[in-house]
Amino acid sequence: MSESYPTDLYYNREHDWARVAQGEATLGITWHAQDALGEVVHFEPPEAGAQIAAGGSYGEVESVKAVSDLISPLSGEILEVNPAVVDAPELINAEPYAGGWLVRIRLSNDAEVDELLGAAAYEAWVAEQ
Amino acid sequence: MRLVYEKSRAGRRAGRLPNPDVERVDVPAALRRQAPARLPELAEPDLVRHFTELSTRNFGIDTGFYPLGSCTMKHNPRANERVVNLPGFRDLHPYQEEDGSQGALEVMWRLQEILKEVTGLHEVTLQPAAGSQGELTGLLLIKALLDAAGERQRVEVLAPDTAHGTNPASVTMAGLELVDVKTDERGNVDVADLESKLSDRTAALMLTNPSTLGLFEEGITELTEAVHSAGGYCYYDGANLNAVCGISRPGDMGFDVVHINLHKTFSQPHGGGGPGGGPVAVRDELAPYLPVPVVARAGDRFVFDADRPASIGRVRGFGGPFGVFVRSYAFIRRYGPALREMSEVAVLNANYLMARLREAYDVPYERACMHEFVASARTLKKEQGITALDVAKRLMDYGFHPPTVYFPLVVPEALMIEPTETEAKETLDEFVDAMLAIAEEAKSSPDLLRAAPNSRPVRRLDEVRATKHPVLRYRFDDHPSSE
Repeated sequence: MSESYPTDLYYNREHDWARVAQGEATLGITWHAQDALGEVVHFEPPEAGAQIAAGGSYGEVESVKAVSDLISPLSGEILEVNPAVVDAPELINAEPYAGGWLVRIRLSNDAEVDELLGAAAYEAWVAEQ
Repeated sequence: MRLVYEKSRAGRRAGRLPNPDVERVDVPAALRRQAPARLPELAEPDLVRHFTELSTRNFGIDTGFYPLGSCTMKHNPRANERVVNLPGFRDLHPYQEEDGSQGALEVMWRLQEILKEVTGLHEVTLQPAAGSQGELTGLLLIKALLDAAGERQRVEVLAPDTAHGTNPASVTMAGLELVDVKTDERGNVDVADLESKLSDRTAALMLTNPSTLGLFEEGITELTEAVHSAGGYCYYDGANLNAVCGISRPGDMGFDVVHINLHKTFSQPHGGGGPGGGPVAVRDELAPYLPVPVVARAGDRFVFDADRPASIGRVRGFGGPFGVFVRSYAFIRRYGPALREMSEVAVLNANYLMARLREAYDVPYERACMHEFVASARTLKKEQGITALDVAKRLMDYGFHPPTVYFPLVVPEALMIEPTETEAKETLDEFVDAMLAIAEEAKSSPDLLRAAPNSRPVRRLDEVRATKHPVLRYRFDDHPSSE
């Protein structure tokens, strides 16, 4: 797919996105992040039930170039890890906002959403990089 | 070319063993192989041609320029090989007693003395086999000292986000915890970020200086003082020592432990992964914990001193990689007191390359570099869709070994270039000309770059498949005819 930043998502400056609905969020990495990493060959997920904190690492993705921490945009508890991405991490490259989602969490602090960037602000941040 | 297994024909022999002149003893039936080992069978001329052809496919510092950043691929003077092949060194047995190996022990002791002077520290172990093992040894020394001081809660090791991957790995291996420190916009360690992460849990700062960006830390003593006043120790990763020998010393910068990569800084053929040498130098305070034995001088004799009750123990068998010691010792002695010229020319060469490459490549930090620098193919990627990997692969068509790419991670599309002091200006110019030609090709014929290398025995490799489905041995099952 080509470069895009959906307007219904929230973003952090570490190139992770969150889709927020009804006290839960789905997390993943942005088009820019997967493009910079190159083809992803491994996803090291957290365990279901783990508590993760906004700004903290909740897992790793590995490409042929590098291993990168996944920095959570929001705090909460891991409800589910995307099993399809564990089996086929290249989904992150193919569909970063759809089939390539990484984890689903229950939010512990809804107010954190207000700290995140919208699509336009994130795109401006990417352009600066 | 075909593999040696594909050339194999049953019954061919490259040599014939003489008939045994001792009584034949059979291996008990239960221990014998059920089928012969699947070894290739070739006549001697075919065997010689096979390996000769293979040897012509090698690329090494002896065949071309090898500006692999952070690896210090310098020329290996042939004088080193003459010295290491002196019979007294070459024929030495690892179990030779001290009386019969005084010369060898003296070389080790003298090398230790030189490393103390170069690092500005007090005692040295030569045992670690490479930089990574030196890192682990250094961290274990710090841990032993903290344990002895009753400070077991100090488990955090701070390292910048530009650190070599071995740093976090060594921290984990030592049972400690990594804390990432940010890099500021001038390419230095972010002092405020570092200070905010210091606490009574801090065991050490682990720092490469010059950093992997090829930049000398502008606040170096400020950093080490901050760590010391928080009760931590300072570890200097000597991977980039080639930039500072005889000019500035880690000990004077405030570091307590340093590892030296003999194979990088002090010349050693190491393109195939070895042999390496990773001696560790320490401040007095850490000396009681050094691995045993340490080579010591007792009057006019040299001995293996194992009397160090608090030692962390051996980290390697015998005395360490002895051939590496002899070559590095010979290399250093050829410079003598003028060792700083080595570093000065290494820094000069890198700055010359950087100045000429600015014309076509991004250089993210507006500063003079040390012995290496990081350029970026960021603009090429944005405007032409050409990546650092494409540039690196195309360089192979021009006969150069590619630089390190995609490291350090803080620079997008990074190309890390280290020319070393041993290259002539003409070679540097040829390399720059190739890099500039490639930047032009990125506009005029980008597909040439995307397909590169075009002229090598092996074309662009599928790195993803190699990572996910590595083939680590010959698959006899796929080639039944070669059995």
